[in-house]
Amino acid sequence: MSLLEIEDLEVHFPIRRGILLERTVGRVRAVDGVSLSVAAGTTYGLVGESGCGKTTLGRAVLRLVDVTAGQVRLGGVDLAGLGAEELRRSRRRVQMVFQDPLGSLDPRQNVESLLMEGLEVHGLGAGRAERRARVADALEAVGLSARALPRYPHEFSGGQRQRIGIARALVLAPDLIVCDEPVSALDVSIQAQVLNLLEELQRERGLAYLVIAHDLAVVRHVSDTVGVMYLGALVEEAPGAGLYAGPLHPYTRSLISAVPVPDPAVEDGRRRILLQGDLPSPADPPPGCRFHTRCPWRQEERCATDRPELRTVAEGHKVACHYAESIAAGEIRPNPPG
Amino acid sequence: MTRSPLLDVDELSVAFTRRRRRDVQAVDRISFSLREGRITGLVGESGCGKSVTSLALMGLLPARGVRVGGTARFRLGGGDEVDLLALPAARLRDLRGSEIAMVFQDPLSSLNPVVPIGRQVAEVLTRHRGLKGAAARGQAAELLARVGIPDPGRRLREYPHELSGGMRQRALIAMAVACRPRLLIADEPTTALDVTIQAQILELLAGLVAEEGTALLMITHDLGVVAGLCDEINVLYSGRTVEGAARHELFAAPTHPYTAGLLGSIPRLDAPRDEPLTPIRGTVDDAIGWDDGCAFAPRCDRFAEDCLGGPPPMRERRAGHRFRCLHPTEPAPGEESEGR
Repeated sequence: MSLLEIEDLEVHFPIRRGILLERTVGRVRAVDGVSLSVAAGTTYGLVGESGCGKTTLGRAVLRLVDVTAGQVRLGGVDLAGLGAEELRRSRRRVQMVFQDPLGSLDPRQNVESLLMEGLEVHGLGAGRAERRARVADALEAVGLSARALPRYPHEFSGGQRQRIGIARALVLAPDLIVCDEPVSALDVSIQAQVLNLLEELQRERGLAYLVIAHDLAVVRHVSDTVGVMYLGALVEEAPGAGLYAGPLHPYTRSLISAVPVPDPAVEDGRRRILLQGDLPSPADPPPGCRFHTRCPWRQEERCATDRPELRTVAEGHKVACHYAESIAAGEIRPNPPG
Repeated sequence: MTRSPLLDVDELSVAFTRRRRRDVQAVDRISFSLREGRITGLVGESGCGKSVTSLALMGLLPARGVRVGGTARFRLGGGDEVDLLALPAARLRDLRGSEIAMVFQDPLSSLNPVVPIGRQVAEVLTRHRGLKGAAARGQAAELLARVGIPDPGRRLREYPHELSGGMRQRALIAMAVACRPRLLIADEPTTALDVTIQAQILELLAGLVAEEGTALLMITHDLGVVAGLCDEINVLYSGRTVEGAARHELFAAPTHPYTAGLLGSIPRLDAPRDEPLTPIRGTVDDAIGWDDGCAFAPRCDRFAEDCLGGPPPMRERRAGHRFRCLHPTEPAPGEESEGR
């Protein structure tokens, strides 16, 4: 049994119209049938573009949004079935690190108060002295000294703030940390510091991560398993190492081809698979394969009518495409754009 | 090319003055030149001065509290040269949008939210080319089609919020290229966009440069973007150019420790997964003033005492490859490795 198991998760948001009598006129299918699991001590990276539902999925893991259908099981217990008090207790085990450290740290609380709050809420640590020791330990683990304790978030740089956000999660000794775009607000030289820190903490403390990000290079660097999301569903799941070498889903292929590599020698030899148009609306997803409206390998049969299941094609490698094997074998050529 | 550069920036400086406090030297004697049909990149992290450089060239900095120095000689369509930094505001307004245009990072805040896209594009044509009514609208629709906006007739009547991020950026580029400018400045044009949309926009910009012979100044923090796009790249740190070279040369032989450090910090999609990142320690806030020595010294692994003996001079590694460092990571040809 994995630490975190997500099964057929659906999170839909109602679209309401009218002022007095709010009628529900449609539903945004932010997450529409996702299953994945994260084993203890490993990292699952979820990558996708804006609007693909990756952030909503991350929030559903902490039950910060209501789950429409499906299950989120932490250590075998379905979070959706928990009452308020049990849910609160289970949240100690799952913590979150947000994209914008300034927006997720209360500007009027100093670092000590920010880190103590969680311990007090969860009644951890016997007495103030032990709590302080835990706070000091978490701060040290993220590379900050005790001098940071009386200071306020605005006194820190972006990278340091993200370290405080990580320390806040760490102090509760969680099993899993959901990191939603943990480095995208940071400069590249600082990004690397934070990514290395996350890896180091995992090695030392056996943490599991669900890393959610739009940057495929970042996700692949930190993840044991990478899941690619498109319009509310997983289209491919593969070991981090194998994804660049052998992507199977057309969307993954175009995503990989679009990520710039900081090396002109590589860039000159690459061929971009340019997608046509924009992401369709998740309130009105296309029938059949959700990617078929933009897919360069689209076929006349099945693509527009049958929704492909995520199926296992090799050890640890899953793909949701009717024609993945034929495309990989070169039997189906991409259609000319236009 | 034997022709003189289209824009020759010489020792551009921008300082923000503060009451009773030391000035902030945002840009400190930066020099570079742009040529027609070429793409030049300014790369650096937050606070390096790359955006202030573009605003200074466009004359968009506030008049008060700012001190601008140096020259930026621009060759006009008629062959005359003007200094953009010394031009009267009215002359500059005539140039902006016609000969020089700019694309910003966030298309939503660069577009007027209460005016339809079509009228905003037509406005440029009216202001600079005197086109009116149906002629301006027709031209605007052609421009939208040119930048890859499907169904331009309908899009003309839409407001910015009705367009996706990628479409808005295309509309902004349509406005920028409406009068076929000879110089286009793009400040982080793809940073707010998804990576597949970024690929579309970069392709569009590269196509415009190739077809129209526009000179493009590309300002970005993303070394991946410049690696595939730019002919020349200048790396900025704390207001100064620390290294400048042709694209292949820069990535093959990063000579300034900061450039090398940036490259070591970026996870590469094509690298083996277990290759560790080697971050640069500290933050840009640690920078010291260039007058006291190398601004990067407090974060540099190759630091030595002489790094603090005044500003390091710009040196040349080989023709066209400049760097500002006393202890470079790659020894210049003819120089012995320092064995560290």
